[in-house]
This record gives sequence, C-alpha cells and structure tokens, in this order.
Amino acid sequence: MLHEPAAQAGTDHAAHYKMKLGVKMLIIYALVYVGFVGINVFKPTLMEATVLFGMNLAVVYGFGLIIFALVLALIYSAMCGKQERLLNAEEQKEEGAE
Amino acid sequence: MAVFIFLLFVGFVIGLSFYLGRKTKSAGGYFAAGGQIHWAVNGIAFAGDYLSAASFLGICGMIATMGYDGFLYSIGYLAGWIVALFVVAEPLKRMGKYTFTDALDAKFNSKGIKLAAALSTLIVSICYLIPQMVGAGVLVEPLLGMEHSTGVIMVGVIVILIVATAGMTSTTYVQFLKGGLLIVFSTVLVIAVCVRGLSTEPAGAHDYKLLSAADVSNPDVLESIDGKTFARVEKDGVENFYYVIEAEGAPVQYQETQWVLERSDGDGKKGATFINGVEKTAENADTLALRQVGTLKQIAGQKGKEADTGAISPFKLLALLSDKETVVQRWSSASIKDGNDAITVYYPFTTPGNKVMRPGLMFKVEGTPLQRLDFVSLMLALFFGTAALPHILIRYYTVPSPAAARKSTIVAIASIGFFYILTLFMGLGAMVNSVVNPLTNNMSAPLLAQSFGTFLFAVISAIAFATVLGTVSGLIVAASGAVAHDLLDRFAGLEMTEKTKVGAGKVAAIVVGIIAIILGIKFRGMNVSFLVGWAFAVAASANLPAIIMLLFWKKTTKQGITVSIIVGIVAAIGLFLISPSMYPKYGLAAADAPFPLMNPGIVSIPLSFATLIVISLLTQPREPQSA
Repeated sequence: MLHEPAAQAGTDHAAHYKMKLGVKMLIIYALVYVGFVGINVFKPTLMEATVLFGMNLAVVYGFGLIIFALVLALIYSAMCGKQERLLNAEEQKEEGAE
Repeated sequence: MAVFIFLLFVGFVIGLSFYLGRKTKSAGGYFAAGGQIHWAVNGIAFAGDYLSAASFLGICGMIATMGYDGFLYSIGYLAGWIVALFVVAEPLKRMGKYTFTDALDAKFNSKGIKLAAALSTLIVSICYLIPQMVGAGVLVEPLLGMEHSTGVIMVGVIVILIVATAGMTSTTYVQFLKGGLLIVFSTVLVIAVCVRGLSTEPAGAHDYKLLSAADVSNPDVLESIDGKTFARVEKDGVENFYYVIEAEGAPVQYQETQWVLERSDGDGKKGATFINGVEKTAENADTLALRQVGTLKQIAGQKGKEADTGAISPFKLLALLSDKETVVQRWSSASIKDGNDAITVYYPFTTPGNKVMRPGLMFKVEGTPLQRLDFVSLMLALFFGTAALPHILIRYYTVPSPAAARKSTIVAIASIGFFYILTLFMGLGAMVNSVVNPLTNNMSAPLLAQSFGTFLFAVISAIAFATVLGTVSGLIVAASGAVAHDLLDRFAGLEMTEKTKVGAGKVAAIVVGIIAIILGIKFRGMNVSFLVGWAFAVAASANLPAIIMLLFWKKTTKQGITVSIIVGIVAAIGLFLISPSMYPKYGLAAADAPFPLMNPGIVSIPLSFATLIVISLLTQPREPQSA
C-alpha cells in the first residue's frame, strides 16, 4: 500500500512563512502564559486584586488567556491565508506563462 | 422522564453512527474519514473530541469543590491548542496519512519509530480512556440507578459497537453533534445560574448546626487517620458525629457533620451500613444517600434574605464571589477506625471568597517550593499536552488540506474557549447551590442542572454520556489505528489488504475497549480531570519532544526520536506510579511517596527532550569523505 496523505494537497509555498510566524506567535502567547504562572507562584495574593467590573486579576487574566488565544489564532489565520494566496498564486502565474 | 430522554438521545447517537458507518469500507474511510470532512464540521468535532468527561464533569466538579484551582485546567487545556495551531497542525497534516506515527516516520522510514510511536499512541490513548470510563460510571449511577461498574461496562460495549461498525466518519459526526449540543446546553445552564442569582439559603440546603460544649453531653472523642478530632455523641438512642473545632482562646465548638458507618463482625465480614444514622436496607437502598452540599454562608458581608441577589449579570456573580466578605461553606472528609467500625465523616468548613477565587486551595501556590513546583509542573503538562494527544492529532487527517486543518483548529479554539469560560460559572454555580455530592464531585454539573428541573438534568446527562461515548470512540479509533496500521501493516510488514486492515483495526478496538472497561472500574473515585492531567503529562513527555524536534532541529535522528518516546513514556508513568497521588491506592501514606510531586511533567518532559538531543548527537550520520 502506498504511504501517502489521506487527502492530497499541492505544494505549499507559504509553508516556511507560516512555520516562522507560528513560532513567533507561540513565543508571544507562551510569555503571557508564563506571566500568569509566575504571578501565581511568586506573588499569589496579587491575584486577589480587583481589576475589571469588580472581578479579580485571577479571573480577568484567566479569561484574558482564553480570549487572547482566539485573537492570536485569528490574526495567524488571516496572515497565513494572505500569504498563501500571494505565493501560491504567483506560482500558478509562472506555470501559466510556461 | 429523565431516563426516557436519556435513552432517546443515546439511541439517536448510536443510530446515527450505524447509519454513517454503513458506507465505511476502505482504510482511509475507517481511520481518516476519507480526508473529506469540512473544516467547520471538523472544528466542532475537535471540540466534541476535546470536551471530554474531564472538561465537563471533571473541571466543573473540581471548581465546585476547589474553586478557581479547577479553572486552571480550563486555562491550561485551551492554551495547549495554541501549540497545536501554531506549530503542529499544518506540518503534521502535510506529513501524515492516518496516524501520528506516519507523520513522525515520514522522513526516516524507521522500524524503531514505528514501534515506539505506535506503543505511545496505544498507551496515551489508554491513559486518556481511564478518566472517560470513570466518568461514564459516575454518570449512570444516579441517572439509571446502576452500579458504577455496570455503567462502565455499558459504555465500553456501546463504544466498541460504534467503533467496530463505523470508524472515523461516524465518530466525526457524533462528535460534531455532541460538541455543538454541549456548548448550547451549557450556555442555557449558565444563564439559569445567573437568573437564579446568589443566596445563603438555596433550595434544599440543610442547615448544619454549630453547637457549644454545653449542648453536647458525654462526647466520645475520636481521632481520624489524618489527626482531626471528632466526637461521637448519643442522644435519645441516636448517635451522631461532630467535628470538634478547637481554636486558641476560643471555647470548643461542635460542628454537625454527615457520616457513613460500616460495621463489621470482627472477622472482616461486612455488617450493617448506616448513613447519617439510618441503617441501609434493601427497601431504602435506592433513596438513602448523603445530602448534597455546598452553600454560601455570607454574600459580601450579608446573610439571610437580605443577602439574596436575585438575577445578576455574570460579571456581578464573579465579583460577589471574589469578595473577601463572602463566605463559602466547603466540605472535606476524614476516616476514623473505631474498633470494628469504619466511619467516614464529611464535615463542613468555611473559606472566604477572595481565597476561593484565586489559585491556592488545591495547588499550594503559597506552600513549600516543592508544592509550587507541582503547580508549575501541571501548567507545563497542560500547555504541551494537547498538541501531543493522538486522538486529537488524527483529526488533522480527516480534512482535505493543511489550510483546512488550520481553519478547523481555529473553530475548535473559539468553541472550546467559550465552553471553558462557561465551566467557571457551572462549577461555581454547583459550589453555592447545594448540589455537590460529598462522595464524588464529578457529577456537580449534571446535579446543578437537576436543581433547575428534570428536563435539563436529563438532557445535560445525556450529552455528558454522549461526550464520554464520543471521546472514547475517538480514542479507540486512534488506538486501533496504531495497532492495525502502524504495528501490523507498517512495522511487522504484513501485506494487508484494505479490508483486512479495517478488520484488524476492529479487533484491536474490541481489545482496547475491554482494557478500558477494566481500568475504568479500578480507578473509580478519582477526579476525572486530575486523571486527564496525568494523561496530558504522558502525551507531552512521550510525543511532543519528537514532534517539535523533528520539525525544528535538523540534527534529529531516528534513534533520538525512538529513545525519547520510550524515555518519555517510562518517566511519566513511572513517576506517577511512585507519586503521592498513587501511594494511598496501595494502602501507603502519600507522604512516603519517593517522588514528591503529583504531576510528573516538569521532570519527564525535559528528560525526554534531553534524551532526544543527546541520542541524536551521538548517532549523527557520517559525512561522506571528500576525495
């Protein structure tokens, strides 16, 4: 039996760009996540401080991490989509010219 | 009615599975749904896969008893999806065919990688299956009046039937349906909690009395195994147990409790069982139980009718619960041995709102450096675990392209993130509405639904049950793929036709299902989210270093990958088995455990990375010599 993907996809010229972007965004999110863990470990009482609509830092930071994940994901997807259209369309043009 | 709605829903899910499964004949269809699922459907199916018993039952239960600490799981589980999206989703989709092993092995075609990765898939899937089966048993106990073990066996048999007849297509649509319904009805439940508001006198709550020494005559003082003091008091021929509160400079007080007494005849034979003083008999066995617990004693400094808030906004609810003048009554238990009597006493104590609403009740972030390290270890395993779970990874092969893999991950993050925000409200709702079962917190969310009526209870329970069915199905497909595709076809080199490969997958599904049933019965009573946290640690230790280094480090060798997977599995499981979480299971004191952390990730994940680097450096291919 051939060893190949279940669904075939063509060459993705944006793959390298997407990988670099993904790593950068992962580092940004990881830093915010480490900040959350760090406050809990080194100054846990800070989490009791009221910061927004009467809610404490623990709740706001926790919700913030969840919402921030979605925001970053949407930005990442938009940037990847744009690059895919650009680079993969260029290749199609070149193929057409040949 | 509850049972009717429940059976109707479960019957529909199974029927749908059989209907969709009729067309599945090829290996591509069975293991990867032909790679033709729409990304939006796949995204919600991701949510269905991921929002397992651990999320719905475990997290809500943990929040209901441990406050904010349970929500840490929600934060960590969701954060893990960022790793999956940014680093793993697209490359894995490009490299693989049906399984995680395919992707790892795409570059090397190594027998060692095939064997190690397939074993890892099998082991992680089984670790993840345990909490799902425990959750299943917990669910059917109150709903259908069955024994825990009967519930586990029932789920096992249904899932084996689903998987053995259908495969990934039906699993995907079942997950899509279930994931969607879970989010919709959880939202309904949270709205109901906010509309009800907060009260210090929720319906059905029992008022546990605090007595002075003058009210208690001839107390028989007993000490629990962990050193707490209790008093056995007999009044008018009825005995009762009180928790003795001794504070410096204050008079002794006696706190009313709940208790279970098991009498034996001295030869080890079990005698009568009493619950809160009433003997358990054949007639009352179905109705006699401990009272549900969890209330507010004070809301922002106010008590009684004055404290009732009526309908409030979600923000106000969280703000009031975080107030340091809010007092939450929580529960703990202690075991006492008195002659031939074994007594378990469940006693209330209070915690201020500001402590409930930040980490610290379960994970001792203000404790010793070791206890803080345990917290960091958990957060690390949760962050890296998601992107290494085989049943999540195989879902990337059900969509037609890497871009679709990315988009479905974003749908998953949106829906899962929204659900995780709801878990905080559901857990806290259970904590203050007197619905927590003192024996197990796993049922807190369905019991919260029950406090709003039978219909919501039945629907939520049915969805929770389908949640277990769906997640277990996905895990068993992953495990059977590891056996049939990775081990038999690719590792052992058996020349299998499409039909025989699907057949082998189905046999593997049955065997894995039976193993899951046995372990589900053995691990009864442990919080399902805690068990999933451990499965995350195993996945993150075994699989993630291999995936990350393969993608980002050119010097990675097949030997490095193989050994790091094995070291990761052995370290994560081995350290857990000698940890304070498991020692009480062997009848030993938790304090005597050789490995002091409950969560092994902080040791096993770096160890697996280090192993991969060292072995890869030692096994670099020789450069061709220049002439």
